[in-house]
Order: sequence, then structure tokens, then C-alpha cells
Amino acid sequence: MSSSAVSPPVVKAKALYCPHCGGPVQLRGFAHTLSAVCPQCGSILDTSTPLVHVLQEAQARERIEPKVPLGSRGKLDNVEYEVIGFQTRTIVVDGQPYSWDEYLLFNPYRGFAYLSEYQGHWNVIHTLPLIPDMVPRAGKNAVRLEGRTFIHFQRSVAETTYVLGEFPWRAHVGETAQVDDFVSPPLVVSAETTEEEVVWSRGEYRSGADIWKAFGLHGSPPRAVGVYENQPSPYGGNIGSLWRMYLAFLVVMAALMFGFVVTAEYKPVFHQEYVLSPGAKVAPSFVTPVFDVTGHTSSVRIDIRTDLENSWAYFGLSLINDRTGQAFDFGREVSYYHGREDGEDWSEGSPRDSATVPAVPPGRYYLRIEPELNEKQTFSDMRYEIDVRRGLPSWGLFALAAGLLLIPPIIGTIRRGSFEAARWRESDYAPSITLGGSD
Amino acid sequence: MSQPVANCPQCGAPVQFRWSGSVQTVCDFCHSILVRTDVDVTKVGTVADLPPDASPLQIGSEGQFEGKPFTVIGRIIYEYEFGGWNEWHIVFSDSTSGWLADAQLEYDVSFAKTDGPQPPPADQVYRGHAFDIDGRRYEVTSITKAHYKGVQGELPFQYWDKEDVLFADLRTNDGRFGTIDYSENPPLLFFGRAATFDELRLKNLREFEGWR
Repeated sequence: MSSSAVSPPVVKAKALYCPHCGGPVQLRGFAHTLSAVCPQCGSILDTSTPLVHVLQEAQARERIEPKVPLGSRGKLDNVEYEVIGFQTRTIVVDGQPYSWDEYLLFNPYRGFAYLSEYQGHWNVIHTLPLIPDMVPRAGKNAVRLEGRTFIHFQRSVAETTYVLGEFPWRAHVGETAQVDDFVSPPLVVSAETTEEEVVWSRGEYRSGADIWKAFGLHGSPPRAVGVYENQPSPYGGNIGSLWRMYLAFLVVMAALMFGFVVTAEYKPVFHQEYVLSPGAKVAPSFVTPVFDVTGHTSSVRIDIRTDLENSWAYFGLSLINDRTGQAFDFGREVSYYHGREDGEDWSEGSPRDSATVPAVPPGRYYLRIEPELNEKQTFSDMRYEIDVRRGLPSWGLFALAAGLLLIPPIIGTIRRGSFEAARWRESDYAPSITLGGSD
Repeated sequence: MSQPVANCPQCGAPVQFRWSGSVQTVCDFCHSILVRTDVDVTKVGTVADLPPDASPLQIGSEGQFEGKPFTVIGRIIYEYEFGGWNEWHIVFSDSTSGWLADAQLEYDVSFAKTDGPQPPPADQVYRGHAFDIDGRRYEVTSITKAHYKGVQGELPFQYWDKEDVLFADLRTNDGRFGTIDYSENPPLLFFGRAATFDELRLKNLREFEGWR
């Protein structure tokens, strides 16, 4: 292919002399640069024509040193950029000025990008070749981009209050644009409106450490103060999983409660008093009326209380399901002896006893009771009471554990809530604060 | 793809049209603007020195768009109050042609649209003006009065004696792009989309001092 050879093979960096002070001004942005600040005298020069002229006299104020020096090169998102311009932009909210720094980044093939910094919070910003759809949300404006909804955060008029380096437009002090920020951490979508155009851009939050690493800067980055508009919440990602873990725990605990028979409370089911007269040759077996054992499968406790004194009795017991005939057989011997010997009271055994039958399914039951009294007891009746109680799982312990385990997700939720509150306090939608109030 | 060589009527140097659809080219040696007709090649003017520019593209650069290889064969250079841009004329391997705009290194690829809707007249178009084209909402994002600064290489039409040209740029919510070029009546329409440097897979680019 024949070469036209019109363009030189290597585009040379340009240098010029400041028409104000005569000092050299090295340009890093090639022919893209339309304005540049003289590093010697601070005059802003119009470099768009071969005859360079002063666009704006030297800025009167004290020189600001950019935290990332002009000429620094670093890799962001795998693209090498050089810092070629720097400006401070200021907004006024409730009479209070707030300033942030904006670095112009340049790559001769991939173009321009921006790096912004406010109180230790950084964003890498690219312009967007599109107009995001407006989707109002809950009384606030919002835009859609990349499948996310960005909520309107703030509208302000940003004024350029300081410039250094060079720009592909005629940057100058006093330049203004209306800026609308829409946030969906860690992203921010912004619209900058001037008389000529609306430029949409997309910023992504970066920590100072990221920037220091990308540009190979010495020392440590400025500490991030407060919560920035699109700073990702450190509590955002894992709160949902904390709550999910908590729910899973509840399910497992409940399953355990029903599986094992952890019984601590008992509900009375049946009560009856009986009298057994001595001398009955054959054990007087009898059955109780039918009673209901309710709830899920769990234990049943049978208490026997007697008025035995220095005697014993044996109870053959059977808990029988009225419908199926399923029987739980067991026996209990009650013996109680006491007296006084050598001036001391003594006792052995107890006039009462109890038996627990585990895992009794719900249903209608009755007891078959076969009492047998000590044959030596011939002078008095034995009175006894039978109590049947249904065991209930111990929800108390469960409730305690459930309560304690609620603490991490609740604290997480509160922290996230206060983080979000801190974020939105800086927005146009902050709750209004009454001067002199307790707030 | 090379076409028969003609000779520059001004200086006699060989002039090669690389694309059969080219109507105009510029003599590499004497910078005469040459227009090809059915019978001959005529000189219609001379290009002034081109302003310095920092586009990485040049005539002969190659790339791809949506899987189709293209070659850069010409360009129109514009300047306006807030900067300038290049409209690079690109020819695809299937002999169709389009435009690769480089505006401060933001790239758009577009194609002439002849069956498009009637655009609003120049005195009625305004920023924020929105209309539906092919079922999609386009909004006017900027209106630019540009100065024609020069041409280079081959173009699909005669374009050499322009002065101020009015452009309306259109964007959608998904990166589609359109331009209304009011240099003709009725206006010319170009439609396409924004393209990233990486997706264009450009080769044979200019080099920049201090960068590789």
C-alpha cells in the first residue's frame, strides 16, 4: 500500500513559552491541549492557536500542590494514564463552601478520564456516550445504567476555583457547571450541565490506598473522612447473609427441639386420688378413665404420691393407647422408713416417686394401675395420688438462644443503617436540621 | 482493492483511488484536491496545511467494527469553539464505507442513512429535542457550529469548499449515535454507535513521544 506519509510517524510532545513570564511550558496532551497553566507564574494560557495568549491572569491565591503530582503515570483498569491537569472545584451548600479536587488523566489512544478526591475519598470517572433513562423512585429522581438504579443524591453548581496543568478545553477559574449526582455504591453517575451540553459520566469509588498503589506514590494517602456519597458500605454485603444464617439456625433448632425430647415443663393431664386397704390378697388392678395426651410426640411423666410411713408399696403401671392398644409398661416401688435412734432422726426412701415415659405420641390414653401393698402393713389404709403430666419441649432455652443469636444481625443492620444515614446526611435529601435544636 | 492509477492534472504525480466509490482525493505531492468524474480527474482546489492534531489514527490505519475489517482512507477535519474532531472515512472489506469519528479520543462509528426520517430544519433543532427513529428514542445532546478545516485522502463525495457547518449530535440510552449534518439540503443523516478503542482493534496507528 502506498504511504501518504502526511502525518509524521511519531507525534512530538509540544513545548511553548509563557507570553506572560517567558518561562517554558511543557505540554503532555499533544494537540488536544487547548489551555495550559504556566508552572512558573500561574497564568492560564490559551494554546488552541499557534499564537499563545493569556486566557486568565495568574491566579492570586496560594499554590496548591496536587496530592497526585502532574506527570504521574499509573495504571487504572489496566490502562496507563498520565496526570496532565488538576482543578479544584467548589460548591456552596447552605452558605458553606465545599471543595474537591479533580485530576485530568490522559492516554493518547484511550483518551481522557478523571480522578476526583474529596476528603480522602477517590473516584475514577469516565464520560458516557449515552443518556441514561430517568426512572423516578420513591419521590427522588433516579437513572438506570448497567442494570442498576442510581438514586439522585445532590444537585449543585460547581465552580472551578483553581487550575494547574493542561486541559482539552479552555479551563479557567470561575468556570461553572450544574452537577447532578446519582448514586448506587460503589458507582456514581453524574450529569454536568453547561449552556452548551449535558455530559454524563460514570465514577467508581476507590480507596486512597488503591490510588497510591496505581500511581506508585510515596507516603500514605489522606485518611478518608466521613462517608462519601458512593462509598460502598462495609456492612452492605454480609447483612443479608447474617440474617439468612440466623433463619437457618432457627430452623435447625426447631427441628432439634422436635426431634429430641427436651422436656422442662409439664402440663397436667390427669389427677386422681385412691385408697388401698391392707389385706387385699389379690392385687386390685384397675384402669383410670381415658385422658387426652396432646401436642407432638414427647414425654409423659407419672407422679405417685403416697402417705406411706415405714412401709412400702409396689405399683405396676401401664400407659395404654385407647385406640391402638399400644402399651408402655413400667413399675415403681415406693418405700419410706424413718425414725429416731440414739437421739438422731433418720429416714430412708421417699413416700413419692415418679416415672417418665419418653416419646409418647399424642392420643387418648388410660392407665392400668396394679398397686401392691407391703403385706406387713395391716393397720392402716394407704392413700395415694396419681398425676399424669405431658412433657413440653423447653422453648425457654430455645428462645434464649434465638434472642442471643439475633444480636449480630441486628447490630449489622443498625450499623448499615447508620452508615446509610451518614451517607444521605450529605445529600439534598438529608432530614432538615433545626438550628439550636437537640439534633 | 487498488484502482487504476491516474495522474494529477496539476503536478503529474500518480494518483491512486483505493476505493471504487471515492469521488474526491488529495494529491499526496501537490495537495491539489482532485475530483473523479466518469471521464477524468479534475483539480477543484488546494488544501491548506492541516492543523496539528493528536488523533492516533492516520490514513492507512486498520481496524475492525462488528467483525468487519476496515481501512482508513480519508478524513474531514472540523474545528469548533471548544475544540476539534476528525471524521475518518473508513472502507470495509465488503466495499461499504462509513465514518469513524475521533472527538478528543472518544470514538463513534456511523454510516450514511438515506432512508431515514426527515430531520427537523436547522432553525428548529434544539438541545434536548427528542424523536423516535427506527423505534428508538434519540435526543439531541449538542448542536455544534463547526468550521471545516480541511480534508485528506479519499472521500465518497465532493467536500472541499465548506465554511461553517451546523451539526446536531444525537444519543440514545444505550450508546447509539446519530448526526444531522446541515451542510446539505436536505440534511445528511449518519447513524451508528459509540465504540471503544479496544473493540476497534486498531493497527498502524501513529506513535506518541513518551508513549508506546
